[in-house]
Amino acid sequence: MQESWVFVGIFFLIAAVFPAAPIILQSLILGPKKNNPVKNSTYECGIETFGDTWVQFKMQYYIFTLVFVVFDVGMMFLFPFAVAYGQAPAFTLLVVIGFLAIICSALVYVWRKGALRWV
Amino acid sequence: MDFFSDPIAFIANLLRTWLAFIPEPWLSLLLMTFGVVVVGSAALVLPLFTIWLERRVIARMQDRIGPNRVGYQGLLQTIADAIKLMTKEDITPLGADKVVYNLAPILVVISVITMWAVLPFAVNIYGADLNIGVLYIVAVGSLGTLAIMLGGWASNNKYALLGAFRTVAQLVCYEVPMILSMVVPVLIASSWALAQGQTDFNPMSLKDIVVAQQSVPFLLVAPVAALIFFISSVAETGRAPFDLLEAESEIVAGFNIEYSGMKFGMFMVAEFLHAFTVGALVATLFLGGWHGPWATQYPLLGMVYFLAKSFAAYFLIVLMRAALPRIRIDHLFEINWKFLVPLAVAAIVVTMVVNKLVDPAVVGLGWNALALFASNLVVAWVAFNWASAQARWLRRQEEAKLQALPDLPGGHDEAHSPAQPAGAH
Amino acid sequence: MTFPQLIFWVTAAVILASALQVVTTRNIVHAALWLIVTFFGVAVLFVLLDAGFLAAVQVVVYIGAIAILIIFAVMLTRRVMQDTGSQTNRHLIAPAVLIGGVLFVALLFVFSRTRWPLSSAAVPPDSLQILGLELTSPDFYMTALVTVGVLLAAAMVGSIAIARDEEKD
Repeated sequence: MQESWVFVGIFFLIAAVFPAAPIILQSLILGPKKNNPVKNSTYECGIETFGDTWVQFKMQYYIFTLVFVVFDVGMMFLFPFAVAYGQAPAFTLLVVIGFLAIICSALVYVWRKGALRWV
Repeated sequence: MDFFSDPIAFIANLLRTWLAFIPEPWLSLLLMTFGVVVVGSAALVLPLFTIWLERRVIARMQDRIGPNRVGYQGLLQTIADAIKLMTKEDITPLGADKVVYNLAPILVVISVITMWAVLPFAVNIYGADLNIGVLYIVAVGSLGTLAIMLGGWASNNKYALLGAFRTVAQLVCYEVPMILSMVVPVLIASSWALAQGQTDFNPMSLKDIVVAQQSVPFLLVAPVAALIFFISSVAETGRAPFDLLEAESEIVAGFNIEYSGMKFGMFMVAEFLHAFTVGALVATLFLGGWHGPWATQYPLLGMVYFLAKSFAAYFLIVLMRAALPRIRIDHLFEINWKFLVPLAVAAIVVTMVVNKLVDPAVVGLGWNALALFASNLVVAWVAFNWASAQARWLRRQEEAKLQALPDLPGGHDEAHSPAQPAGAH
Repeated sequence: MTFPQLIFWVTAAVILASALQVVTTRNIVHAALWLIVTFFGVAVLFVLLDAGFLAAVQVVVYIGAIAILIIFAVMLTRRVMQDTGSQTNRHLIAPAVLIGGVLFVALLFVFSRTRWPLSSAAVPPDSLQILGLELTSPDFYMTALVTVGVLLAAAMVGSIAIARDEEKD
């Protein structure tokens, strides 16, 4: 198993080289370098940039992420059970279904509350 | 050892005899690095072909010709484009966060390429056999979400930031049904391996999931999960019809608006490679991977089957891109949370219960597969009926609301125009 | 020094350095990014311990979910990106030193007194199966699993109730 992880580790390192090489080649060697302030200004459909970019945004995105985090953590518990499912006695199905039902009841609450509706 | 029965071991042995002068731990590392470079560059070269394929297919669907000048039938068009991108000026917008801005395109490619480390290409041709292969795919994919967030944030551009928020919300939401639908193949692989008396079996490793599909591909056993996985992972790639992140008419290009040259090219490569990777994952998890006639004796043949199945799934994604209009953002999230997630949970529960009731160890795989298929059909029938009833109810409510309004200019016709929002209730 | 040891020391150094960056860097989004590097380093440590499942969970949950949530939360707050104020203040230096010192001594005491149980046995190949069976078995962690479910549901309900209290549906 450790050997597979070494392979994955090398893969991560090499995978960083693959995209980095052409980017460096283009930006440092091949591409022209004629900067000016107008060219470097951010694109805003032709008009001059005004105001801050990093402003507050819609709350809705945050709510979806909250719901996602809860589901994400919950789903991680399903995988060990899915692996052991073949040997698992029938009783354990009730435990997992109960677990899913508890999390989904929270989803139903969020749904009823109208938080899943994009406004 | 014969090249045709075990090509990887054959090549490894050959290289070991040639490079015998290198001391041992380094030789193994070198061979591994060699394997990584081969798999990685194969994955990186693939978009050169699939971009051309996609442009030609979509052109044909739109009654155009598409690129056909550079090389035979335009095959070298993508290479020409890449060379053009290489000679472009590298522009970093003023006020951008330089380090993060340059990191994002690299990270996005890493997140897609590293998925190829665990894909089983044939019975004994695979990179790494992790016992958590399925979760590895999810984990690596979530790095891509992060990369897009960083790219959009670092550009110091309002459209880019808006696109990044949309993207991240979309990717994060569609990750839920994707992960849930990946549980189903693990469940079935676990119980089938036990029924067949297989030892040393990891139901979460992609290699063993493919082994478990020897007699029946999981598409026939878990069609609902396969459908959910297909839809949600296409949404994960952020392509049409789920391309809100770069909706040209609204936010110009989304998170990659300020990128030029090869950095833009890397986002492009990552997107196209991701689309094909989704095809490969569908082939691995649901279409039986490398299985086919004589695939175990001749692994290279298995690789051909695997690529053929991947291209079939990928072709479906391309057709979807050409045929379907962009989805509206409120619909996007409602389909996810109010339809795909409950349906995926229902698919898991039904699969678990039916598979225990019709135990494959007792009745045999055939009957078990049949029972699972039938139960999936019932789930799909109930779900789609419920969804259409819900849609009908919403539409009626919307019409009632519009009819209750006093006379507007344009009057009755407006009530039936499709541009009215349907999501409110 | 063996190969895993080398990786361990490099990873540990990266974790500590990036954790230091989290608290000292001025740009709060950069702090979140350094936090991600720390999380990734912890995932590598899990891999070194042959706990691949925990490594994957670390990446999926912490980098894929919590970090995104943190970045969103940072962007929800007002004008944090332009904040150039000092990160420390001069008030309450004496209590800070006192509390920090007491905490440090207490931790040192606990670390040196605890007998860390070490096992040189290899991780069983079917550890995931065992984990899955024990998670749902009434003799082991069934109650804990259901409690986790309740906790997650409560977290979801609570956060939505707070985030949307001004809405009237």
